[in-house]
Amino acid sequence: MFDTPKREAAVTKTDIKMSARNCQVFYGDNQAIKDVDVDIDDKTVTAFIGPSGCGKSTFLRCLNRMNDTIPICRVEGTITLDGEDIYDPKVDPVQLRAKVGMVFQKPNPFPKSIYDNIAYGPRIHGLARSRAELDDIVEKSLRRGALWDEVKDRLHEPGTGLSGGQQQRLCIARAVATEPEVLLMDEPCSALDPIATAQVEELIDELKQNFSVVIVTHSMQQAARVSQKTAFFHLGNLVEYGETGQIFTNPRDPRTESYITGRIG
Amino acid sequence: MTDIARNGSSAPAPARRNRSLLEVDDRTRRRNAAEARFKLMGSIAVIIGLLALVGLLTSILLNGMSSFRQTYVSLEVYLDPAKLDKDGSGNLEKIAKVTTFGYKPLIQKAMVATVAANGVDDQGLKAKKIADMISPEAPATIRDYVLANPDKIGETVRFDLLAGGRIDGYYKGRVTMETAALDRNVSPEQLRIADALRDAGVLDTRFNWAFFTAPDASDTRPEAAGLGVAILGSAYMMLVVLVLALPLGVAASIYLEEFAPQNWFTDLIEVNISNLAAVPSIVFGILGLAVFINYAGLPQSAPIVGGLVLTLMTLPTIIIATRAALKAVPPSIREAALGVGASKMQTVFHHVLPLAMPGILTGAIIGLAQALGETAPLLLIGMVAFVREYPAAPPEGLFDPASALPVQIYNWTTRGDPAFVERASGAIIVLLVFLLIMNILAIILRRRFERRW
Repeated sequence: MFDTPKREAAVTKTDIKMSARNCQVFYGDNQAIKDVDVDIDDKTVTAFIGPSGCGKSTFLRCLNRMNDTIPICRVEGTITLDGEDIYDPKVDPVQLRAKVGMVFQKPNPFPKSIYDNIAYGPRIHGLARSRAELDDIVEKSLRRGALWDEVKDRLHEPGTGLSGGQQQRLCIARAVATEPEVLLMDEPCSALDPIATAQVEELIDELKQNFSVVIVTHSMQQAARVSQKTAFFHLGNLVEYGETGQIFTNPRDPRTESYITGRIG
Repeated sequence: MTDIARNGSSAPAPARRNRSLLEVDDRTRRRNAAEARFKLMGSIAVIIGLLALVGLLTSILLNGMSSFRQTYVSLEVYLDPAKLDKDGSGNLEKIAKVTTFGYKPLIQKAMVATVAANGVDDQGLKAKKIADMISPEAPATIRDYVLANPDKIGETVRFDLLAGGRIDGYYKGRVTMETAALDRNVSPEQLRIADALRDAGVLDTRFNWAFFTAPDASDTRPEAAGLGVAILGSAYMMLVVLVLALPLGVAASIYLEEFAPQNWFTDLIEVNISNLAAVPSIVFGILGLAVFINYAGLPQSAPIVGGLVLTLMTLPTIIIATRAALKAVPPSIREAALGVGASKMQTVFHHVLPLAMPGILTGAIIGLAQALGETAPLLLIGMVAFVREYPAAPPEGLFDPASALPVQIYNWTTRGDPAFVERASGAIIVLLVFLLIMNILAIILRRRFERRW
């Protein structure tokens, strides 16, 4: 990670992909997120860190409106993607989710073949006009997911038969297959062993060339390793947001400092 | 904390710590004893259950297996033109005017001739008594044959005719020489003739296909009664239930489980579906009578009405099972599908429904099995009627009168002749076999759907 500062320099020039202003999230009467303002840069890895229950996953799920599936959940404020309000009544969440893909905490491949797992998204969005094109998309996505070499001979075996790490990379490949612009990852490595974690982290690093990646993680080392920007959440507040190097070496807020030195959490 | 533990020491904890593992303390012993008692009670309960089941099955099989065999007499009957076609015109309408009563003399003649031809002692019985060994159903059998083949009049045709109920009972152990002596319907002499005919190969007991195909018969001829109309009626009703209840139930469950907002109204619907599942089935019968027959004017005794009533009864079962199956699909699959941009409907139909399919099928088949065995509501809509005509092929046949398996069983148990007890037990076996087949089907379907993943 010696080249991290160089990359940060490159990052500052990029555009803002998504931004949130005065974002509030309520579960019934409980306020889970208070006044969050965040800008997520294009072609950058942004990490959300913070203790359990601080609202970082909740906020992440606001970015592709996955919270819509929870009836008591209410989102206020504005969140924009390329300047367009994603909570505008005219926005169809289905279209939004095709642009903002998501990888979940536990690997959740469909109980179908590896091929069908990847091909599902392109199929429902009509991205392939022929079988050959679909084959290409599947291969390209699996290569991006760093899984192609391991599964190319058994594309028609069930995706659930893979190991945990392979399953998670399959899920990443599946998310990538629909050509999203932003990729949200909710603790993608928490169910994986260190080797699989390293593979996924490497993958995230490669993905950022094409996508804007937002990753929620419990592991501060992971945030330091993969991200260029870090946001620290605590009790529903966005406490501090900045360049990853600055957050970990020179935090401005005392709460951030206590968290990364292990005093709160 | 036992007394022993306190022995010599003020604090119980150290005492326990010092005890050897090789000796069991009182507390552990009591716990183990309680566990052993519980296991014993459990096994006793299971054994009682199994004994009851074995007892039930044995009794049904002992009573009912004999209904799958039937005694027939093979007779050469001369279709006398003088009796059947007096003017020799071959006119079907005129031949049809000869009632079954007109066929009786032919059978009597044939029977007496057969007894004589085989050198059997007639025991001094009159010709009429000898002819009584043949079922009263036999003239109808011959008449049907003649009406179908009028050109055979004047020829001698071999018929396999049903033996009378008591003769049949004699070969199934229901009638003995002693009971025959006290019985007005059969005499020991007739039984002796039957034995002699059996030795001569004229009379034999064989597999009773007619039991599955023949319609019901009147009180005096149990040997002719079969399940044909009842099986057809039940099949038609199952068809109606399957076509109506499965799509309705699954659609309702999917809507309630996946799409409907969670509010007081859907809660109310949910509670009421559970309540409907517990409503006594006879109430559904009254509902069917009031709505489908009195209000909608559908015909009585028709499988369509039975099917509709059973659909109402089965719907809650299917809805409850389907909702449970949908609930059991892990939410992570829904999230995965939504995450790649599938719409709610695509999520449900591409991912959730296939995973819930085994549970839905099991629920549907349990519902169907319940409907197949249901009797009470059918009594109220007139399916208990005596039906001898087969219903036509669906869809018209759904409006023809028919019977149903459980109703047929109920019907037969209310009749006097002990031969009907045998028939009822036989019908119970048929019903159980159908239920068994449905359950096996459920298991096979479940396996097949599960193996896909």
